[in-house]
Amino acid sequence: MKAEMQGEGSVVSSKPIFNEMMRSDGDVRDHYRQYAHWLSQTTPDQVRAKQQQADTLFHRVGITFAVYGEDSGGERLIPFDIVPRIIPAHEWKTLSSGLTQRVKALNAFIKDIYHEQAIVRAGIFPPGQVVDNPQFKQEMLGLNVPRDVYCHIAGVDIVRAGEGEFYVLEDNLRVPSGVSYMIEDRIVMMRLFPELFAQHRVAPVDHYPDVLLETLREVAPAGVDDPTVVVLTPGRYNSAYFEHAFLAMQMGVELVEGPDLFVSNDAVYMRTTQGPRRVDVVYRRVDDDFLDPQAFRPDSMLGVPGLFSAYRAGRVTLCNAVGTGVADDKATYIYVPDMIRFYLGEEPILSNVPTYQLRKPDECAYVLAHLEELVVKEVHGSGGYGMLVGPCATRTQREEYKAKILAMPHNFIAQPTLSLSSCPTFVEQGVAPRHVDLRPFVLSGREVRLVPGGLTRVALREGSLVVNSSQGGGTKDTWVLDN
Amino acid sequence: MLSRIADSLYWMARNMERAENTARMLDIAHRMAMLPTGLLEPAQEWDAPLLITGQYTTFFSKYPVRTEDNVIQFLGLDPDNPSSIYSCIEAARESGRSVRGAITAEMWEDLNATWLEIRDMRLERIKHMGPRDFFEWVKSRSHLFRGVTVGTMLRDEAFQFIRLGTFIERADNTARILDVKYHILLPNVADVGGAADYYQWGALLRSVSAFQAYRKAFREQIKPQRVAELLILREDMPRSLHACMNEVQDILTAIGNPGEPQRLAGELHAGLHYGRVEDIFAQGMHEYLSTFLSKVARLGDEITRQYFSVQYA
Repeated sequence: MKAEMQGEGSVVSSKPIFNEMMRSDGDVRDHYRQYAHWLSQTTPDQVRAKQQQADTLFHRVGITFAVYGEDSGGERLIPFDIVPRIIPAHEWKTLSSGLTQRVKALNAFIKDIYHEQAIVRAGIFPPGQVVDNPQFKQEMLGLNVPRDVYCHIAGVDIVRAGEGEFYVLEDNLRVPSGVSYMIEDRIVMMRLFPELFAQHRVAPVDHYPDVLLETLREVAPAGVDDPTVVVLTPGRYNSAYFEHAFLAMQMGVELVEGPDLFVSNDAVYMRTTQGPRRVDVVYRRVDDDFLDPQAFRPDSMLGVPGLFSAYRAGRVTLCNAVGTGVADDKATYIYVPDMIRFYLGEEPILSNVPTYQLRKPDECAYVLAHLEELVVKEVHGSGGYGMLVGPCATRTQREEYKAKILAMPHNFIAQPTLSLSSCPTFVEQGVAPRHVDLRPFVLSGREVRLVPGGLTRVALREGSLVVNSSQGGGTKDTWVLDN
Repeated sequence: MLSRIADSLYWMARNMERAENTARMLDIAHRMAMLPTGLLEPAQEWDAPLLITGQYTTFFSKYPVRTEDNVIQFLGLDPDNPSSIYSCIEAARESGRSVRGAITAEMWEDLNATWLEIRDMRLERIKHMGPRDFFEWVKSRSHLFRGVTVGTMLRDEAFQFIRLGTFIERADNTARILDVKYHILLPNVADVGGAADYYQWGALLRSVSAFQAYRKAFREQIKPQRVAELLILREDMPRSLHACMNEVQDILTAIGNPGEPQRLAGELHAGLHYGRVEDIFAQGMHEYLSTFLSKVARLGDEITRQYFSVQYA
């Protein structure tokens, strides 16, 4: 799981770090009290033994999955930390209503952009950002999709800076991944610490595949009573292949590759030993550009010729819809709070990280004068590439980056350094605080649904704020307490 | 099930079975080469496996002389030869890997272990261990894989396609092995029925694990007609054409979606079920086997058309 699971995660702090378990006076927060008690009764050796057991379990699961991917031995497992990240019920309530609100507005925005563009005409969203966005898909203009849902599966990256202070770092609206880790982490934790689950009322997450299947079936083309759903994967060389296989298996649907499908008279079929079988909903884990060589990149071997035409004819539903990327780049991100006000008439529950747009001369000037305290990112970049982390950069790096900004200011945004919260984590020296973020998965069908929690990523190196798996990041089980 | 998955499972099994039968063909040549025939050219017995597998020309384009070492290298270990034992095992393992979710963990581990071993196999090692031991190793790995498959897999469609691959390939290979005598002619007519003839038929029976079965079934000296009867018509002989077609017919019925494969398999089966060995000899065994082989090849094509290359609604 590489590119897709990478978030930014590089918001750097100069302020005191919010420790999710301990107050600054050394007292344990209420929702961690039972766990802290358990931890105090457990020797470091016992904890270490549990961690080893967890690693073994993951290795075994990993082997089952690893064979899908690389050759023998080459597969790298993402480190798993056995200390759970605990979120109290009231905080989750805020998060889940904030996420529901946000994803509703984003879906309304995508619909609007491909129809009337009312938000542009109202002068709220700049027209240039629609046409110039490479993720904007002309082909989607005027196309109606079932239940007006475009982004059926969203992975929204969230960081915490203080008590009740959550920020959305980015919205992943194309093919977000990582949900299989959320489920696997829970399975391993329940196996290792049954006594902790007896003491805590941890909200379950393992019904995610059921909710996903229900969501996918709800957005089938009109008139289909018993829709057939498939998962479309680029194949076993894709870094997230095991997640594709995992979800297909858990939902009990076929895992297909492009050549397994064909289109005839605008209907999609899969090739089976019992003849062609009609497909109604495609949960596709293939990027827009590769979906259909007739509509997008002609050199794509991963797609299905004619798929987009069948989609346009309303004979099949693609999840997520084509062109959702128009709503998740960093320049659009800035407008999400405005979208919430515009489409829903509500005030945003979750905040954005304050963001400077360098295409505006005054903001650009400010950023250039304060490079050493800001994080600067490319508008269309992702995965932490092409980014300048001011406080960590050398003078030369800052100078070089300055030149890049001046050449194309509209290509950049900047954000202040935030203090990313930390969570107790089992490391070599024992249990110590490490920085975390959170990716909940938001499902939109007939209604918006979330399973409580999400994927917590943790920066395992001391002081590091980079939670990306490619840079030493790990995962934790996320416990939403059910009070 | 998805055509792609069924296709991979079918070829996984065919390739494993082919690796086993190639070892059996090499085994015959090895046994026959030990017989002092005198009038044969040196190492002429090694032509047989090359001719049976249709690789005579390819072999000589690559190797200057026909020697035991060269033939074992070419049919056993040559990665450039797509039907060498090495390539068959590699292909079986690749197919298994691509449909990892459709086979059991034990099957995968077994396939992978076989692959890791053949990958490190060298001619020197085969010579050191003795070629017979190498052939036995290949056969036992194939037996093991089949056993693991039967012992661990759910009896679903995936299982049926694996079994289909096994028996189609075995039918083809047994027919080819039986045809070996056509390729290794006796020096002169007077030798027919003599010691050399006896020894060659014996080697052939042993190579398909049928020597003891012959003794039990007929209790008489080895005669070509009896060998043909055993390996073509007897349905209680597990590698006979009749036994293979019994399986193929049952499997195709179980898979369903009937069409040309079922008809063709029925036709082949009926010929074996009601056939008489006198008629086979009247027609000429080589001719009979050639016709059978081309029909099995057609059956394979029809299976591909019906189940693996679904085109339109």
